[in-house]
Amino acid sequence: MKPKLSIKGRQSMWAYIFITLPILFFICIRILPTLYAFNVSLHKWDLLSKNKPFVFLDNFKELFQDEVFWAALKNTGKYILFAVPIGLILSLGIALLLNSITKGASFYRMVVFIPYVTSVVAVSWVWRWMFMKQGGLINNILNFVGIAKQPFLDSTSQAIYVVISNVIWQALGFYTIIFLAGIKQIPQTYYEAAKIDGASSWQRFKNVTIPMLNPTIVYLTVMASIQTLQVFTQVFNITSGGQGIAGGPLNSTISVVLYIYQLAFVNYKMGYASAATVILFLIILCISLFQMKVLDKKYDY
Amino acid sequence: MRRSTKVIAYIVLTVVGFIMIFPFLWMLSTSLKTGVDIYSPSIIPKKITFNNYVRVIENSNFLLWFKNSLVVAVITTVSVLFFDTLVGYSFAKLPFKGKTPLFILILSTLMIPTEMLIIPWYMMCNSYGWLNSYWSLLFPGLTSAFGIFLMRQFFMGVPDDVLEAARIDGLNEFGIFLITAVPMVKPALSALGIFTFLGNWNAFLWPVIAVDQPNIYTLPVGLALFSGESYNQWDLVMAAASLATIPVLIVFFFFQKQIIEGIHMTGLKA
Repeated sequence: MKPKLSIKGRQSMWAYIFITLPILFFICIRILPTLYAFNVSLHKWDLLSKNKPFVFLDNFKELFQDEVFWAALKNTGKYILFAVPIGLILSLGIALLLNSITKGASFYRMVVFIPYVTSVVAVSWVWRWMFMKQGGLINNILNFVGIAKQPFLDSTSQAIYVVISNVIWQALGFYTIIFLAGIKQIPQTYYEAAKIDGASSWQRFKNVTIPMLNPTIVYLTVMASIQTLQVFTQVFNITSGGQGIAGGPLNSTISVVLYIYQLAFVNYKMGYASAATVILFLIILCISLFQMKVLDKKYDY
Repeated sequence: MRRSTKVIAYIVLTVVGFIMIFPFLWMLSTSLKTGVDIYSPSIIPKKITFNNYVRVIENSNFLLWFKNSLVVAVITTVSVLFFDTLVGYSFAKLPFKGKTPLFILILSTLMIPTEMLIIPWYMMCNSYGWLNSYWSLLFPGLTSAFGIFLMRQFFMGVPDDVLEAARIDGLNEFGIFLITAVPMVKPALSALGIFTFLGNWNAFLWPVIAVDQPNIYTLPVGLALFSGESYNQWDLVMAAASLATIPVLIVFFFFQKQIIEGIHMTGLKA
């Protein structure tokens, strides 16, 4: 009995040696800063002034009366509402097509995936160039087929969709690979049984593929929503003005994270910006809890 | 499947593939053009010139930014691989007190968005004088909760008998971990390594805050600010974008199987 205990004791000693440094890291670099952010959000915390008075929830009250913050929330909702469903439907279609072919499937899979691994900043600038009002490729093509020049990034109504198209284009490959993994796990016998029952290919899709992919769809919807909620780099690079002040004409593309960036690192209003990050955190928390609840359900078929 | 459906599948996939590739072709095309040819809708340059690349390298610290990004991405990847395998292994295979609460503590950090941390991090860097240093770029990525979760999942698949046999052979716990357990989770290691590298190589939000001196920019930060300054000189901007993109594409072509399999695998586990 005794030697066995000492093995256990030795094992737990090693475990503590292995985990101490990383645990300290998580406490110092993630958890304490999070608590600190909550604290800062309750102060009028201007980086440049010595006085940082405690104002309790005033920053939050002010945020809810802040037109730019509402615009940022609304735009971020738009990014999610367009980019996530369109991205998921397109990628499901591509994944089904990839699954239906044998020759060249890995080649097409690679091609679809390329945008996901390349620098977001670089492709944002390519987008910006293609959608230039003067001399941009898209307007040249429109001109060629007889459609009038569009203002795109100069327009308060069009600019956000240009950014959305870039977000979808870049994430498509990732969603496709995850869908493909889900599709490959569906047992072939289900399809054969459905065929014997005389189900058409649409019925097989509706009654076998979609229900079997349900966990994948939930997982991707949550992940894509959280990622799109944090959209920043594309907005910053595609719709910044001459020198760094981004957000599109009349803040028509500004996202929540971009507004946080501007508040904190252009205006140095740290308390106010922290309050906005707390709201972002609460939204992400709600989505994550929702996911846990939905994914906890067992899927029996 | 019927022949005609198959033909349609290939046609649609080819169109999709073209849309995915075309922006890169257009980027390259513009970067090789000069003068008013930039604005012509033809993808083939009238006269191919590499002058734009020369100008980007001469007029900016491009090569330095490249080096900075490489240093940051390599160090964070090595650190994540080292610590996350150790911690993942401990949670999967070693008995110790406080295991569950500590694991929940680590997992709970996954819900904290980076945006919430950047303001405290910035204040911290500001008061310790870390801004504009490699350290400021590095420290947020030294370990990752996702990686720990992933490695734990994979180590749980390693049979206890194998570890017990190594123990009987007289290996100490670190030896068992390194010589017996780690080789059995190699695919997970390569997937985690590739993700970490790409994530840090392309990171933008924190680097654009942590550094504001051109000699310490990472590639994405340098590219963004260079493009902002060279606004409307699209041949230059596209040459810079190509310089930032092409090395990643070359690496991707070599490792594409591992990268895609890695996503496949982690997607199933997560």
